Parts: sequence; C-alpha cells; structure tokens
Amino acid sequence: MQISFTLNGRPTTVDVEPASLVAELLREQLHLTGTHIGCDTSQCGACVVHLDGLPVKSCTLLAPALDGATLLTIEGLQGAPGSNLMHPMQEAFREHHGLQCGFCTPGMLMTAVALAAEKPDLTEADVRHGLEGNICRCTGYQNIVVSVLAGAAAMNAAKGD
Amino acid sequence: MKPFAYHQPDQIPDAAKLLTTIEDSKLVAGGMTLIPTLKQRLASPPALVDLSKLGSLKGITDDGATITIGAMTPHAVVAASKLVQTKIPGLAALASMIGDPAVRSRGTIGGSVANNDPAADYPAGVLGLGATVITSTREIAADKFFLGLFETALEPGEIITAIRFPVPLKAGYAKFKAPASRYALVGMFVAKFADAVRVAVTGAGPGVFRVPPMEAALSENFEPSAIAAIKIDNDGLTSDIHAEADYRAHLVTVMAKRAVDAALS
Repeated sequence: MQISFTLNGRPTTVDVEPASLVAELLREQLHLTGTHIGCDTSQCGACVVHLDGLPVKSCTLLAPALDGATLLTIEGLQGAPGSNLMHPMQEAFREHHGLQCGFCTPGMLMTAVALAAEKPDLTEADVRHGLEGNICRCTGYQNIVVSVLAGAAAMNAAKGD
Repeated sequence: MKPFAYHQPDQIPDAAKLLTTIEDSKLVAGGMTLIPTLKQRLASPPALVDLSKLGSLKGITDDGATITIGAMTPHAVVAASKLVQTKIPGLAALASMIGDPAVRSRGTIGGSVANNDPAADYPAGVLGLGATVITSTREIAADKFFLGLFETALEPGEIITAIRFPVPLKAGYAKFKAPASRYALVGMFVAKFADAVRVAVTGAGPGVFRVPPMEAALSENFEPSAIAAIKIDNDGLTSDIHAEADYRAHLVTVMAKRAVDAALS
C-alpha cells in the first residue's frame, strides 16, 4: 500500500507492506539508520521517534499508521532551523557526557526532547520517571539525567530568546 | 510478522462488518499488545481493521455526574486531561502509571479494556468505579464485562466505542509494579460513592476482581486502618516467576491501604 507523510519536514510517499514496522521502513527502505533497534520488543526505547509530536517506539508501530502523519527522527533534530547547529538537547549530552557506547542515545534524545517540551519545569524525579522506557545497557543513567536537565534548561532559554 | 491485509474504515458499522465478514480478522487500536503478539507470531490474522480513522472514538466529555472517555483516547491524553484530573484524579493517576511515555502516546483505553490482560491497569479502574462499557451495539456494566483471563463479554463483531465513568466522592489507585515490565504485580483501585465503596484488584489473579470484605469495612470507615487486618485467600491467585500467590495476597492488603491513602490525599 502507498502511504504519504511528512518526514523531518519533507513530504514523503512510499510503498510499504502493511505487515511492516516503522523502524524497518526508516532503516532499510529510507536508509535513516540513526533510529536504532535494540530489543525489538518495545522495552529498550532505542527506536523512539516523534509521531505528530509525541514519542513512540517505532519497533511497535505499523508503517500504515504513518499515513497523513508528521514524523520526526533523530536525523531531523537540529538547533536553529536551517543551521548546522546541534539541538540544545544534543549539545547538553555532549557537554555532560550523557553517553558511553552511544547505542541508546538516539532514543534517549527523542524521549528527552518530548519530555522537556511537555513540561518546561522538569525535576530530576520527572526525568527519571520519564526515561522509564529507555534502557542504557552501559548503565550510564547518572550523566544522562544530568544532560536531560541541562538540555531542558537550554531549550527553555532558547524559547525565551 | 506474517503478511496481513489492512483496512482503515471511517465508519463504525463498516468496521464491525469487516470484523465479522473476514474470519479471524482483528481490530487494532494503539497496538501496544497486538503488535508484539504479531511480531512473536502468537497471532497471525489474515486482516487487521484499524480503528484510528474513526474520529468519533476519541475524546473525553463531561456529562455532569459521569465522564465519558472515547475508546481510542490514548493513556497520555487521559493522564493529562484537566477534566479527569479534576473529577476523577485517581483515574488520571492510573493512566499516568501505565507502561512508559511512548506506550502512553499510543495505547488506548478501549484497547486495554477489550484485551483484559490480567495485569493491565484500566480494568481495575473500570471495575473499581463501576463504569459502563459502551459498544457498537449495547451498554455493558463493568461487573458483567470482565470474564477472566483475556475474556470479556464482547461478542464477535462488537466494538467498544467508549467507557462511561460515574464521578465518585473519592478514588485512588496504587500499584506494585513488576520491575521489568511495569505491569501490575498487584494494582488496587478504591472508589467511595455516596452509597457504597468499591475495591477492585488487578494483577493478583487470572482477571480483575472485587474484594467485598474490604468494601464493607471501607463503607463503615474510609481509612487505611479499616482494612489493615483483611487478608484475601491465596486460592486462585497467580504464582509465577515474579511472585508467589501468598506474596500477591499480602500485596493486595498493602496496596489497598495505599490506594485509600491516595484517595484521601
């Protein structure tokens, strides 16, 4: 079946099998390999993308669900529109060493950006509760939480500018 | 996943017709249970009937003494709803504890209730509040809806369209989460109405059930201490890798006290 959606700001039309997953479509058909598949059982969160602004696990989303929707993947995260700058959340992860092996990082970033957008005054408890569906197998949670708090503050500051 | 045909009807009668005419076809709402089931090939339906184009199934309405939540309303919307937070804060709290943020973006109340997973959260809220399940053909009282392990009163071709909740004086939910899955090892929903108290348990047995001795004690005195000495029988409770039946029975009392505390706070 043919589906049309907006992918990282660009209108996109593709042919998909109904029995296919968004994570597979992104990686294998559209070659956007920033979205990682960790567990493929909707537990680890490495595959989180934003569907119509909300975080979802793309390994547990059928491709037909994209029809008419707006999808943002890790490749679409950016600082000021049109710039080559990193998103403030990505900057915060670099600044505070919020990653070790980096495999979980795309999903952590997408979940963190959604979390910060939903609640401007995030607390550490909010961040730990909000990252419940993202697993870091290096167990580097301490710096990830620090990074998310710093990134959320930077997103707020950027909004105020 | 085995291949399947995909239908996206925009009218409820069309969806019901597809469901009855294509043998073994399945409804898909948020897919948070069905998609993992398809991926593991525990189910291989020839066709899926996607309910996402049925706009009338989404949204929350205030009817005064009741609130009605459309079947396709995601958990995140219920959790963040000012209406639900004001009128039944215990139900908004329950929705905020389901799975993780990504699951709450997609998972729906109708899907959860229709699936009737023995450890799902919503069945406790629906039974604990004495809600009414509204379907494409009739209305079913919660007490007659949940029939045990993944079993409900839904007939073939019948589709849940909304759940109608009576607004209680107080209500609270407390759950002890299984550490890995975040499903309820035991979840307790308590609701105090002018004429009665209802107590519902999820996670402890093969399906959601009520606890009449706790309801009687809380009707006399709606305080955690009123039920501290009430312990339910281990018989029929689940024993598995996560917890033995006697531990689940113990948690029923502990979490019921916390649910009353939550309702009072």
